[in-house]
Amino acid sequence: MLDLLQRMGRTGLNATAGFGRAGILLWQAVWGPIDWRNGPALLVRQLHFVGVYSLIIIVVSGTLIGMVLALQGYTVLVRFGAESALGQFVSLTLLRELGPVVAALLFAGRAGSALTAEIGLMKATEQLAAMDMIGVDPLRRIARPRLWAGIIAMPILAQVFNMVAILGAVGVGVGWLGVDAGSFWSNMQSIVEFREDVLNGIIKAFAFGVVVTWIAIFEGFDTEPTPEGISTATTRTVVYSSLAVLAMDFLLTAVMFGVD
Amino acid sequence: MTQNWIEIRKLTFRRGNRAILDSLDIDIHKGKITAILGPSGCGKTTLLRLIGSQLRPTDGSIRVDGTDITQLQRKALFKLREQMGMLFQSGALFTDLSVYENVAFPLRLHTQLSESMIRDLVLMKLHAVGLRGARDLMPAELSGGMARRAALARAIILDPQLIMYDEPFVGQDPIFAGVLRDLIKRINDAMGCTCIIVSHDIAETLAISDYIYVLANGRIIGRGTPDAVRNSDDPWLRQFLQGLPDGPVPFHYPAPEYLLDLRLGEG
Ligand SMILES: Nc1ncnc2c1ncn2[C@@H]1O[C@H](COP(=O)(O)OP(=O)(O)O)[C@@H](O)[C@H]1O
Ligand SMILES: [Mg+2]
Repeated sequence: MLDLLQRMGRTGLNATAGFGRAGILLWQAVWGPIDWRNGPALLVRQLHFVGVYSLIIIVVSGTLIGMVLALQGYTVLVRFGAESALGQFVSLTLLRELGPVVAALLFAGRAGSALTAEIGLMKATEQLAAMDMIGVDPLRRIARPRLWAGIIAMPILAQVFNMVAILGAVGVGVGWLGVDAGSFWSNMQSIVEFREDVLNGIIKAFAFGVVVTWIAIFEGFDTEPTPEGISTATTRTVVYSSLAVLAMDFLLTAVMFGVD
Repeated sequence: MTQNWIEIRKLTFRRGNRAILDSLDIDIHKGKITAILGPSGCGKTTLLRLIGSQLRPTDGSIRVDGTDITQLQRKALFKLREQMGMLFQSGALFTDLSVYENVAFPLRLHTQLSESMIRDLVLMKLHAVGLRGARDLMPAELSGGMARRAALARAIILDPQLIMYDEPFVGQDPIFAGVLRDLIKRINDAMGCTCIIVSHDIAETLAISDYIYVLANGRIIGRGTPDAVRNSDDPWLRQFLQGLPDGPVPFHYPAPEYLLDLRLGEG
């Protein structure tokens, strides 16, 4: 019993200390003077890294999910003779929920884990220590551009996901199942509202971008500098950021679309 | 002024309850090569990190030229580190930069030199380590020995007053270990800098050092000139220097009596 309490206490303390370290990291990475000489180039490089690396998986998954959505939506809607509502069903589902959430989960698996592994490897090979010795703050040089790149890339990736998913849905719904193209698009246009649906989806994606990149970078810096350390840190990034995305999605949905 | 350029007193460093370094007293003379020998895991890298102020000691002081660096603010610390070069055990070249850019990195950061000046300085240092022809290679394309030398060029690019070498001879073939040994000696003579080598490579280290400290289990167990250390009859030193498997540093991790453990003592 006492043992259990002790263990719970230790876990609690460790978790709190971890949150503290992560908070300090975020603060130091975001705050402070901007390095105009190297900053932009570093940011562009990281944007390329996180963006382009995730792009393929985002496009492929987006297409497939759009196709599945159309198929599932059609089989339900056609029973009520409402298959012309397929456009609004698909677009609302994607813009409000699936787009940001699935894109963020894919982003965590692809870019997040790569960020953690990259930074963890830098730590294990003493590159971070060397930087510090030479007089560059690794938080500024390594963490900051990666954090901003993730925050910028995530909303864009989510919109790309939405776009290709809708195209996939059109392919299946209109091309294969024979829903009328005109009613598909016009239904979609009439029901989707910019503020309510599009903007809220972008806000969600932005929030997920912050959280996933933050967790990935923190786990990288907090890695135990051994091969096992890097692999556990990478796993932790994917698990923690996926859970964080889903939990945050619930909270944000409750706030944005909840009963009022 | 005092001969001891760096004075370490009662330096203690703990992680959790474990004292990794326990009340060390070390003096480093200006312009000399001081070696700290010890088995792996005894805290050598930790000691260098403390001298470079990347870690703060639990207790004790490190004075460089009279100032206690454990009390320095961040800004003064970075200023101090420009006077220090460190050769990390793993080389620690930045993997996304070429050899040339790695060596130029500290120059670009700390000086306003023109591109042609930077080029000349970088090529001079690369020439000194024999890698002038490898300037355009990426770190991943270098062999272990070449990476170590490129890292050395980067460590000395600002002509530091203090160069710290972390296990420079580990994982090097005998030829390259010899090359590196001569290089360290040559740099020390030519630049007049002070060197600290931490290593468990006894022969190579004794050959070039002016003074030796032997570290085991976080404590200094012996000190002296290479000859004095070689001829010492202290059992700890003898075990370490001759690589005896058992002695004061036990071969066996603490364990219950062997026969009892096997239950041979029972009925
Ligand atoms: N971040 C850390 N957390 C806990 N223990 C550590 C850490 N870094 C090093 N140690 C321990 O400190 C001891 C000394 O490490 P180190 O200075 O790297 O030894 P050496 O360089 O002599 O091989 C080792 O036993 C190691 O397990
Ligand atoms: Mg070491």
